[in-house]
Formats: sequence, structure tokens, C-alpha cells
Amino acid sequence: MTGLPLLQAENLSAGWSRAAGPVIGPVSFRVQGGEILGISGPNGTGKSTLLAAVSGAAQIFSGSIMLAPGARLALQMQQVPELDGVPLTGEELLRLTGAPAAGLPPWLQSRLFERLDQLSGGQRQCLHLWACLDAPGEVVLLDEPTNNLDPAGVAFLIMALRQRAEQGAAIVLVSHDREFLVAVCTRIEEVGQ
Amino acid sequence: MNFDLVFDSMFLQPFFIGLIFAALLPLLGCYLRLREEWLAALALAQMAAAGALLSLLTAVPLMAGGVAGAAVAVLLKNAVEGGQRKRQGAAYALLLLIGWGVSVLLVSNLPVADRVGHALFDGQLYFTEIPHLIAALVCAVTVLGVLWRLSPQVLAAHFFPDFYRSRGGSARRIALVFDGLVAASLALATMSIGVMSAFALIFVPPWLAWRHAQSWRGSLFWATGIGVAAHVLAFVGALLFDQPFGPLLALVLAIVGLVAAVWQRMHDAG
Repeated sequence: MTGLPLLQAENLSAGWSRAAGPVIGPVSFRVQGGEILGISGPNGTGKSTLLAAVSGAAQIFSGSIMLAPGARLALQMQQVPELDGVPLTGEELLRLTGAPAAGLPPWLQSRLFERLDQLSGGQRQCLHLWACLDAPGEVVLLDEPTNNLDPAGVAFLIMALRQRAEQGAAIVLVSHDREFLVAVCTRIEEVGQ
Repeated sequence: MNFDLVFDSMFLQPFFIGLIFAALLPLLGCYLRLREEWLAALALAQMAAAGALLSLLTAVPLMAGGVAGAAVAVLLKNAVEGGQRKRQGAAYALLLLIGWGVSVLLVSNLPVADRVGHALFDGQLYFTEIPHLIAALVCAVTVLGVLWRLSPQVLAAHFFPDFYRSRGGSARRIALVFDGLVAASLALATMSIGVMSAFALIFVPPWLAWRHAQSWRGSLFWATGIGVAAHVLAFVGALLFDQPFGPLLALVLAIVGLVAAVWQRMHDAG
């Protein structure tokens, strides 16, 4: 760890339109390489909006976000695009973000060349998460990553997150699953209180 | 039936023009299907036909008029959508109505437009000339070259929209470049094989390919193969039975599609 944050937010207020006003903030946080920061809070407190503001999808009304020079973001929001009927394999999906297949658990490795619409919702979610988590990049942002995952999927996710942090990535997780955050995060910030 | 016609060198040029579009349009159709924009193909083809007919009022060549019509359609589509996918269907429906309305009015009021209009809607493949072949080749090389580079971005913007945006990618820019490729291809195809057969090539082969292919790359090969096979069948059938090519190609594709859908349903049920 260098001690310098890879991602930093200072008094950030963000939302989706000027008319509707800010959904979250002011909020401040900083994440260094090797850290896993959990953002927790009740539904409707703007946790997802916070990540959207970092990615540039939501508007920043005040405050600032600073990404370390040269640091690349890898972001996965809650909604996974419709895959039913689309002839895309897991291997082709991973290639889109540059994530290597090595490191996937055997129960996903063996199905990598099958169409995604032949996999379960949890398997698809795992592949989507892996595609972002293991894509070349220094800052990883995941929104509600445990959605649709069974216990095996959650266990795999926790292991993968720890490995990625050990490799030096700064990770921000937004989740309503307090138990999951406690299990994996080095620090948890509460919002909306 | 005169089998010698099939091997007559006179029909070689139209055969290759049709072949180029039979391979190219299904390829683009796969990406249009992914973006849920396959209806756009019909709207763009109609607008291309309207543009070509409007060019009869000016000194603009027919092909340039068609491309201009499709280009106007892309601009109007983007103006109506404003980047919001939920407005997409309305934009295509409006363009379809405009294209059809302008075409029918011109055909009704201009004697020369009546002949050209029939050619555009029935397909005039046998009357295509060297400029059509050159335009088709240039279009194919350009589309394949651009699509080779654009394909990973189109797929990434679709399957990982937030990831793609967070890496500085612009889904809007990708959409504009892709729309341009589709508009140019459909306009030129409409001038050669007609409105409905161009639409049939965009819609049916990808629809069938998506059901059977086991990968994205596989779906591109399947779609192209189905398009080419349907073209060969329709071309030979049109020559042997002295029928217009466009409707025959649309019928071949529609019948293959229907049979495949019914067979699949029976297979799933049984």
C-alpha cells in the first residue's frame, strides 16, 4: 500500500437531474490500493447513485471525485442486460473486458463455452462480476454484487475480492447485505444516517 | 424452364451484387437484433426509397438520393430519440410512415416515379449496372473494415454499459457510427434488391441464426450462410421461373423462417 488514495470523494453531492436535486451527499471517502471499502445503508439512500457519479453516469452537484492519474475504473452496476436468446458464450463475455478465464471456479470453467442463456441466473451474475473484477484496472466498483448468488457464489466472490485486493486494486462495494460487507471489507462507511 | 440462363454471363453481375448484400445485411442484422433495432431496417429502407424517388425531382443521381434519404432518417432518429432507448420504437414508426407517405405521393404524381418506385419496391437486381457493383463492393469493404474494429465496442457498450462508460467510451458515438453503416448499406441494397428483400435479409437470417448458433461468432457465420443460401436459391428460382427476384427472396426467407419456427416448436413440445 502506498498510502495515497486511488479514489477519493470530498463532500460529494450527486443525483440524476438538477430538478430532482441531489440523491446522496454530502459524502466523503478515500480508498487506497489493497483496500476493500463497503458502502452500506438503507434502500433509497443513494448508494448506487454514488457509484454512478464516480463513473460519470450521474450528475455531481457539489464536491469532487478524484481518481489517481492513470488509474482505470472497472464498474459493475446492479442491472445486467438481457441475455435470453442472445448467442453469447461466457468466454466471449470475458473477452469484452479483457478479464482472463484463469481463476474461475471449476463449475464455471466447465461451462465457459456454453451460451449464457443456458446458465443459471447466479452463474451469469458470477461471470459478469468476474468480467469486471478481473478486468485490467486499478479501481473496482461493484453495486449489490451478491444479488442472485447462492452461498457457493458468495463464497467465490469473497475469495475473488480478497485476491484482487491483494494484487493492489482499490475496491468499493455497495450492498444492503451487511453480513457480506462485514465478511469481506477492510472498512465500512454508512450513508443515509 | 431454361437452365442455360443460370449460367449466362449477362446475369453474373447482378448475381454478385445480390451476393454481396446477402452476406452483408445479415451480418449487420445480428448487431441490429442485439440493439433491438431490427425494425429500424425497414424504416431506413423506406426512407432510402423515398430519398431515391425525391432525387427524380432534382439532378441528383438515384443512388445518392437513396443514401441521402437513409442519412436523413438516421439524423431524424437521433433527434427523436435523444439517446433514450425507450423512444426508439416511436422514431422508427414515424420514419416508416414518412418514407411510405412520400414514396406513394411521388409515385402517384410523377409518371417517371411510378416506374422507379416499382423497381425500388420489387427489386431491380437484373437491371443493376457497374456503378451498383462498385458501390456494393466499396460498401462491403468499408462495413467489414469498420465493423471489425467496432464489434467489440458495440458488444461491450451493450453488455457492460457502465464499465464501457467508466473507461471513457461513448455509447452515443458508437451508435452514430453503427447507424451510418446500416444506413449506407440499406440504402445501396434497396437500390439493388428492393425494400422488402433488404429488410428480409436484415431480419430473418439473424433471427434463425440466434436460435441455433452456440456463440456470437457462430451466429455471424450462420446468419451470413443463411443469407447467401437464400440469395442463390431465389436468384436461380427467379431466372428459371421468370419471376421478380425481390419478392422471391423475401418469400424464400419467410418460408424458411416459418418452417424453422414450427419445427423448433414441435421439437420443444415433443
